[in-house]
Amino acid sequence: MRDVVVLGVGATAFTSQTPEVNWKELMYEAAVKAYADAQIDPRRDVDSFITCAEDFWEGFSIFDEFTPDQLGAVLRPMMTVCGDGLQGLANAYMQIKTGLFNIVVVEAHSKISELLTYEHVVEMAYDPIYERPLSAERNVHPYYVAGLEMNLYLHATGTTEEQCALVAVQNRRQALNNPRAPYGARLGLQEIFHSGYAFTPLKKWEIASRADGCIVFVLAAAELARRLTKKPLVYVEGIGWSSESPWIAARSADAGYARRAAQMAYRQAGITNPRRQIDVIEVEDRFAFKELQHLEALGFARPGEAGWLMQAGAIGPEGELKVNLSGGSLGCGDLIEASALQRALEIVLQLRGEAGARQVPNARVGVAQSWRGLPHGTGAVAVFARRD
Amino acid sequence: MAKKHELFGPPLNPLGTRLEAEDMEKIAHVRAKPNAKYAWAAGAAISRFLEELKNGRIIGRKCARCERVLVPPRMFCERCFQPTTEWVYLPGTGVVETFSISYIDQNANRVKEPILVGVVAFDGAPPHCGIMHYFGEVKPEELKIGMPVEPVWKPAEERVGSVLDIKYFRPRKK
Repeated sequence: MRDVVVLGVGATAFTSQTPEVNWKELMYEAAVKAYADAQIDPRRDVDSFITCAEDFWEGFSIFDEFTPDQLGAVLRPMMTVCGDGLQGLANAYMQIKTGLFNIVVVEAHSKISELLTYEHVVEMAYDPIYERPLSAERNVHPYYVAGLEMNLYLHATGTTEEQCALVAVQNRRQALNNPRAPYGARLGLQEIFHSGYAFTPLKKWEIASRADGCIVFVLAAAELARRLTKKPLVYVEGIGWSSESPWIAARSADAGYARRAAQMAYRQAGITNPRRQIDVIEVEDRFAFKELQHLEALGFARPGEAGWLMQAGAIGPEGELKVNLSGGSLGCGDLIEASALQRALEIVLQLRGEAGARQVPNARVGVAQSWRGLPHGTGAVAVFARRD
Repeated sequence: MAKKHELFGPPLNPLGTRLEAEDMEKIAHVRAKPNAKYAWAAGAAISRFLEELKNGRIIGRKCARCERVLVPPRMFCERCFQPTTEWVYLPGTGVVETFSISYIDQNANRVKEPILVGVVAFDGAPPHCGIMHYFGEVKPEELKIGMPVEPVWKPAEERVGSVLDIKYFRPRKK
């Protein structure tokens, strides 16, 4: 089957609010940048368009209908994936693999600052018959489930609170090297601990703040892309996704959704030893401990080992494992469905050698992992590589 | 030959089981009311459009490539995928592009006085670049596609920067 490559990427800055533009204008900015990067005209060259959106985040129904104008997709094949950016990318990948489409655009965004009752909409994602009445009865913030998951993870693996807090310290600091990231800061462990428990053992500053932003990817069949661009081609070598049972009480401690998604992507990409074969890593860190849990699920460490690697300095810009050099969600902000494409964007920039101050020399293979966020156990993994 | 009911017997429960209101109450239901509130930024183009409505004026944006004037204004042309380049004031008059006489309200009840809704194409802008609105001061049977119309504005002190700053469009007097 034909190979699929990333022909172009475009993104807005990520910021806590975007009152100066509506969602269409935000998407248009990212789309214009992606098409310029891919050197294509969407009205002529793109065969299919995919948006990743969830109506409740947007506040209006059937979001598909509101996306063609700003992507250049009027009167063209257009669909919405009710999932994150990597799930959108997986659909684009499959569309190209079929041979029916040569160039497919994927868009994911966050305009979450416009949702005034975020906590309540998150709560609406809890099982309405059993779980929601429990949140409503005592008016508890729905993120308490992150506390449950972290407690179970620490208990099962022996990871310490300090090791988790180090993730927050590092990712916020790393964001200072990313011009798109709004939450860069030089913090110490002391500040993280002083921020206080939000949901024990999770601390307030171990939770990613939300941000607005938009990212657009242009994927293409490799044989065509070679004729269209002189830029280095980044191949999509494998992509997988998986969902756990929605029962919160049945949740595993080892991020099974990420493990299975990684197995699927690794199998396609021929990855048998991720630690040796992969140069740059972006994993979801909306809650600091999730970075460690996800690194273990993706095979970069054995269960309980990621925290110690973190403490020993083996994870991060100076370490053996180059993880979340973009600043992750803690540094870039929780971009909702676009968080997944933020991970993929960083990998593409790294593999092209365009990552600026955070560039890993000679990065050839990268992995991006997403998690759709609470309360769900859905995640995706994509492996990218240079072949030249 | 055996009669049919001898073979199969008479129906055991020909009228079915009658369910009373109290039977329905035995079925467990969980009720909840969503709390979903939003504040959408109108954006660069529509913000200006709403501001001008407050001033009693209609403004559009022109695409330099296809030369269409887009109303309500947009910062980019969806056909050319290019930024629009110019603000254009329009006289506000136009023609009925399409309409429907609506006899059903939001709760699906039949209304006595039908509601006249439609699309107005503006003078100074091409077809299919107009806005949706109400029609008034016209009998339903007199409303026609192509009929020249003009806006009826709310008094300046009542305008707030909303599409409802125009009360409705009425037939243009000659």
